[in-house]
Amino acid sequence: MSEAVLRTQALRKNFGSLEVARDISLALPRGCRHALIGPNGAGKTTLINLITGQIKPDAGTITLEGEDITAAPAAARVRKGLTRTFQINTLFPDLTPLEAVTLAICERERVAAQFWRGLASQGAIVDESIAILERLGLGNAATRATRTLPYGQQRLLEIALALATRPKVLLLDEPAAGVPKDESAMLFDVIASLPDDISVLFIEHDMDIVFRFATQIIVMVSGGVLLEADPQTVRDDPRVREVYLGSSGHG
Amino acid sequence: MTSLDSANQKPHAWLARQSRWSPLEIAFWLATLLPFYFFPTYLTLASQIAITALFAISVDLILGYAGIVTLGHAMFFGLGAYAAGLLSVYGWGEPISGLLFAAAIAGLAGWLASFVIVRVQHLALIMITLGLGFLTYELANAMTWLTGGTDGLRGIRTWPIFNYFRFDLWGYTAYSYSLAALFLGFLLSRRIVNSSFGLALRGVRENVRRMPAIGSDYRRHLQKIYVISAAIAGTAGGLLAQTTNVVALDALGFQRSADVVVMLILGGTGRLYGAIVGAVIFLVARDQLAGINPQYWYFWIGLLLMFVVLVMPKGILGGLASLAARWRGRG
Amino acid sequence: MIGQIAIVLFDGFAFGMLLFVLSVGLSVTLGLMNFINLAHGAFGMLGGYVTVLAMRQLGLPFLLALPAAFLTAALVSVVFERTLFRRLYKAGELNQVLFTIGVVFVAAAVATYAFGTVQQVIILPSWLRGSVEVFGLRLGVYRIFLIAIALAVTALLVFGLERTRLGAQIRAAVDNQRMAQGLGLDVERIFAITFALGSGLAGLGGALAIEIVGLDPSFGFHYLVYVLIVVAVGGLGSITGSFVGAALLGIGDVAGKYFVPEIGSFLIYLLLVAILFVRPLGLFGKR
Repeated sequence: MSEAVLRTQALRKNFGSLEVARDISLALPRGCRHALIGPNGAGKTTLINLITGQIKPDAGTITLEGEDITAAPAAARVRKGLTRTFQINTLFPDLTPLEAVTLAICERERVAAQFWRGLASQGAIVDESIAILERLGLGNAATRATRTLPYGQQRLLEIALALATRPKVLLLDEPAAGVPKDESAMLFDVIASLPDDISVLFIEHDMDIVFRFATQIIVMVSGGVLLEADPQTVRDDPRVREVYLGSSGHG
Repeated sequence: MTSLDSANQKPHAWLARQSRWSPLEIAFWLATLLPFYFFPTYLTLASQIAITALFAISVDLILGYAGIVTLGHAMFFGLGAYAAGLLSVYGWGEPISGLLFAAAIAGLAGWLASFVIVRVQHLALIMITLGLGFLTYELANAMTWLTGGTDGLRGIRTWPIFNYFRFDLWGYTAYSYSLAALFLGFLLSRRIVNSSFGLALRGVRENVRRMPAIGSDYRRHLQKIYVISAAIAGTAGGLLAQTTNVVALDALGFQRSADVVVMLILGGTGRLYGAIVGAVIFLVARDQLAGINPQYWYFWIGLLLMFVVLVMPKGILGGLASLAARWRGRG
Repeated sequence: MIGQIAIVLFDGFAFGMLLFVLSVGLSVTLGLMNFINLAHGAFGMLGGYVTVLAMRQLGLPFLLALPAAFLTAALVSVVFERTLFRRLYKAGELNQVLFTIGVVFVAAAVATYAFGTVQQVIILPSWLRGSVEVFGLRLGVYRIFLIAIALAVTALLVFGLERTRLGAQIRAAVDNQRMAQGLGLDVERIFAITFALGSGLAGLGGALAIEIVGLDPSFGFHYLVYVLIVVAVGGLGSITGSFVGAALLGIGDVAGKYFVPEIGSFLIYLLLVAILFVRPLGLFGKR
């Protein structure tokens, strides 16, 4: 396996007496397609929040391409290439997809603060924005207000915004949450066809999709990593079966 | 291939359309010249309106575009007014440098305040803007030796513009001067809102939580627009001092901060013409109704506010725009 | 000098207790629904005018006029809440601010129309007038009465929130509205009741305020600023916070105006900005 792009070392977080992250050590290799699974309340979203800087860990370190980013602000991590999407749509309701993606590219190119230059004159950026939207099948919706888009297209826009930051590591928090099954397969086809140099970690509940798209699966239970292995091993592991089928006892 | 190209051009064309000058806009600015010919007795009022509209634009930049609710922006208007006024009282009455001085002082105060502003949200933000506004007012009230206190700052003498155009009794020069300043301020604001920076501000307004997730250091954006807005508000204040030759404490008052928000809501926030239209309607109505008790003036303002919030949340211009869109959709 | 300081502390504390009664309702409703109700002071003004009317027209004694003020403000507020305010809970703070400021404007105009702009006075029963000497200090009887009422209100609120079913529901809803809804609590009903109680307390505060600060149509506006300072400094939804904030503001205001009259109010606002800069959520605020 090639070198790890993102690495967490003994990451720990407590909310009061509740342990939401217990000594989590992970390594994501370049170009990986890892799935993060576990029952509700296992701490999957919390882990993404910790890695991307929405929450500060109590202990442990996070490194991106060998650089310690444990203390870096969330926005700085994104600029270094560590990007996430949200389980609940976190979009700009009154902007059009074209504007939203263009904004993300402007931030990446550090031109968002230029107040003297008209947006329409940023030709290359707008071209890239259009290309991203077309890749996700949003080309026809580019100039409609986000809040008027169907839900499935809004989920795609979540991913488009993340891609616009040119991520090295992409953390997808239930990208297909709330999307009908046939559409969610299409959504994951898009994810599977992302460039090979992007490392992807996604949270997903639908086991069919997980086994189809993930090359490696991380199983979390009550704040800790239960198991990290290839799909076949996970499928056969009795503990995983118990967590999902038996009385897990974890809320 | 050609069809794909034209499909690609569509978003470009759409973006370009967002910032193009429409014939309606050009007609609007031509109409601002009408008072010279048709209402020469109202030029003083017209000048007040131009000044207030510039102030309203400054508030729209932070409130309508960046989503920072403020109830204390008169602070910067008043600071600009006192800055320009004091410069003249102490012997330098050249108007244009006076305006730049007013903008610089207000901008500096805005820069200092911006460190507080970007730290807080919701009620705390409203309270901080309110508190800073009252703070400045009380300070000016206490420093009678400098500001003249409740008597107002007197003895301002403004030299002719370009050493040629004298300020006349009828307000020809005053209105021309204020209108020119408004137009320049408008051009600058228009540039800002149509830039990538303006887009970033709308992003903050629409969803501040997403901004860090697309790598945006949005607090710096907010600080920057706050300074620009404060400088424009200071310019408006400086204009008032120079065209009326007096600065009263109410230049800093809460009333002015609240009135300007009312104007924005009336006209429609997040659109620069909303600020101008709101200022025109508000000041003309107040001028026409000046005879009646001010308490009843605020009765109607109060009813209007409740009505606009419940029925036309996007203001008069926003309401007209959606009516027009519906009409077009039908036609 | 020490006597002066003691008197200023006493007067300031009494004023603070008045501010506490006026503002604690807003703190709880803001913490509950995040609804910025700038009309809270207007309900205080309503209570004031109800008291004046009840005593002058109906000849009610002061002690009976107080509950009348509470009840009227509570009833009127719940009508407003059910018909108008609840449409704005999801409307964004700017719309809430503007709408409720509109209510304040209209209320002030109506009060002017009905009562004129003159300061209203009421005649207190004789046992509330004058002063008593305690440890060589002359303390106003009415101010002692005010402190006693405020402490009683605090005790009732704390008891009500800690020990009753409704109190437990309110606390749950303040802490986490989604979870409260998930548990099957009728958050809307809880809020309507809380809103009525909070506005009723404002009405009571308005009634109590007449003797201390007077009553005219600008009351709703003028004391709104004080009320907001108390809420913001204390922290949303915190009774302790409102109590401490109100006491601090009352003492600070009276002391400032007594010892440094030139810059008294300036110091208050400076303190407000400084506190919110260091603690944007207020002294006792949790979120």
